[in-house]
Amino acid sequence: MLRLRSVYKCFARGTSYEVNALTGINLKIAEGDFITVIGSNGAGKSTLLNIISGTMLPDKGMIRIDNQDVTKKAEHCRAKYIGRVFQDPLMGTAPSMTIEENLVLSIKRYGRGLRLGLNNKRREFFRNKLAELELGLENMLSKKVALLSGGQRQALTILMATMFDPKLLLLDEHTASLDPGISKKIQAITQEIVKEKKLTTIMVTHNMQEALRLGKRTIMMDRGRIILDISGKERENVTIDYLLKQFAKLRKEEYIEDELVLA
Amino acid sequence: MSWSLVFHAIEQGLVFGIMALGVYITFQVLDFPDLSVDGSFPLGAAITAKIIFSGGHPLVAIFWAIIGGLMAGGLTAFFHTRLKFTNLLSGILTMTLLYSVNLRIMGKSNIPLLGKITILDNIKSLFPSLTMDQLTPLLFLFIVLLVKILLDYFLSTEIGMAIRATGDNEQMILSLGVDTKITKIIGLCLSNGLVALSGSLFAQYSGFADVGMGIGTIVAGLASVIIGRSIIKNGNIVWMTTSVIIGSIIYRATVMIALRYGYHFGFQPGDLKLISVVLVVIALTFPLVRGRVKAMVMSNDSSSTEKEQ
Ligand SMILES: Nc1ncnc2c1ncn2[C@@H]1O[C@H](COP(=O)(O)OP(=O)(O)OP(=O)(O)O)[C@@H](O)[C@H]1O
Ligand SMILES: [Mg+2]
Repeated sequence: MLRLRSVYKCFARGTSYEVNALTGINLKIAEGDFITVIGSNGAGKSTLLNIISGTMLPDKGMIRIDNQDVTKKAEHCRAKYIGRVFQDPLMGTAPSMTIEENLVLSIKRYGRGLRLGLNNKRREFFRNKLAELELGLENMLSKKVALLSGGQRQALTILMATMFDPKLLLLDEHTASLDPGISKKIQAITQEIVKEKKLTTIMVTHNMQEALRLGKRTIMMDRGRIILDISGKERENVTIDYLLKQFAKLRKEEYIEDELVLA
Repeated sequence: MSWSLVFHAIEQGLVFGIMALGVYITFQVLDFPDLSVDGSFPLGAAITAKIIFSGGHPLVAIFWAIIGGLMAGGLTAFFHTRLKFTNLLSGILTMTLLYSVNLRIMGKSNIPLLGKITILDNIKSLFPSLTMDQLTPLLFLFIVLLVKILLDYFLSTEIGMAIRATGDNEQMILSLGVDTKITKIIGLCLSNGLVALSGSLFAQYSGFADVGMGIGTIVAGLASVIIGRSIIKNGNIVWMTTSVIIGSIIYRATVMIALRYGYHFGFQPGDLKLISVVLVVIALTFPLVRGRVKAMVMSNDSSSTEKEQ
């Protein structure tokens, strides 16, 4: 389904701010997989998603989605495969447009034409979809999105990202900036949609417990690399404590390696 | 205030209203401060004057004026999307280049159209019972409303919504599969096409085309958008375009009053541009106005706290 082969990405190359955000990422994801991604700040998790979605192009390496080489394809060309939800609720919706207009934007990923975006049939469809979220949005179709709360906007973004049944759903800490209560609700909505549509999903999270509880496979990243990749039985028996210890250990080994190189 | 002043303000407000709708498309909808309109307004006038002066039909002149405007917008879009120049520079380059183009088209700096058959004469012959004073505002009202309705429709289509989303949240609409280069090209072409149409009609109405007549177009357009937005709160597209046209009429009326009665304070006709800038500054100083015009016209620190209604 998704295949990354030795993908590299470096920012500000040749300056003193040079960051190797991804250093030789290999990743293979099967259809219907749900993968959680953890890792410290700056590990390269968001960059990984940006490279997959085409927001950024890799310096080196290859990306295939559904057996199509998309390495050099622009973001808007890949959009027909990908649904995306960002950490910042402001990023996924158009604030000065209404809820129903935002939903219109999401029903097609190409081939937009000169027909009116809204008609009664579409409104009815949107109303039903919004009602399923149980946030009362179904009665606010013609309200500006700017007037919604962060949680409501994020729920709308999830609906928009999955409207088209994407081949791949990318979630980047999409509940991290919300209050605990609404964050739970948004996570529940996400899981329901993923299950119902059987979406292949990559979810970045800072919450280790969540990372182990949800999905079938967990990846840990550090300094642009995948340092741990567990699934199945092994993952079932793993505790957060073990993960943290493992992380510290791997980190230490790397430090020693670095020191050796420097020495 | 005399009735003739009121009528002139309405006529001019309507003609320039088409231009203001063009400015609305770039500044408000697309969030793209396009300065090329200072060149595409006289471009429309120059093409029109040249064709009518050489005996062409006014409708043909209007047609080519619009085509010229579309191309001017296309050039700005080319500078920005292909050559990656900033939006400001792209507009400035087109505007500057158009000055020479307009001179070339006209062959001199001014073409008078007195005694030539304009679109107003054409329509007048269809309605012989109306006087020119009655016919002019009616014709302009008809054209403005036609443009407005078509624009309202277009901005409500799937493509139109994608253009609006480009100005509202570009990252989002990219991830939903829209090539924002194309939406910007469409928006810029459409905008400059309307501005050139406005220039064409103004040349026929005022009876001349002058190479310098475009100076300050952008400020007048902005003033209309800002005044309109401060009067009508509704953020619905249909109301937004209505507010722009009303804003244009109010702006023209204000400028005319300032010119008519301003001599008491020592104003001269040449002070027109100064007056228009003062108007924009005053309008933008009202806090209630600030929130409603996009962040575009305000610097970041002052607008970030105020939400678009
Ligand atoms: N556009 C950019 N320009 C320059 N450097 C960048 C850019 N994007 C990311 N980086 C750098 O690349 C590294 C990886 O960043 P990334 O955002 O992928 O980390 P992350 O794992 O998502 O971290 P967080 O948990 O904080 O979200 C960081 O050091 C970051 O500063
Ligand atoms: Mg991140």
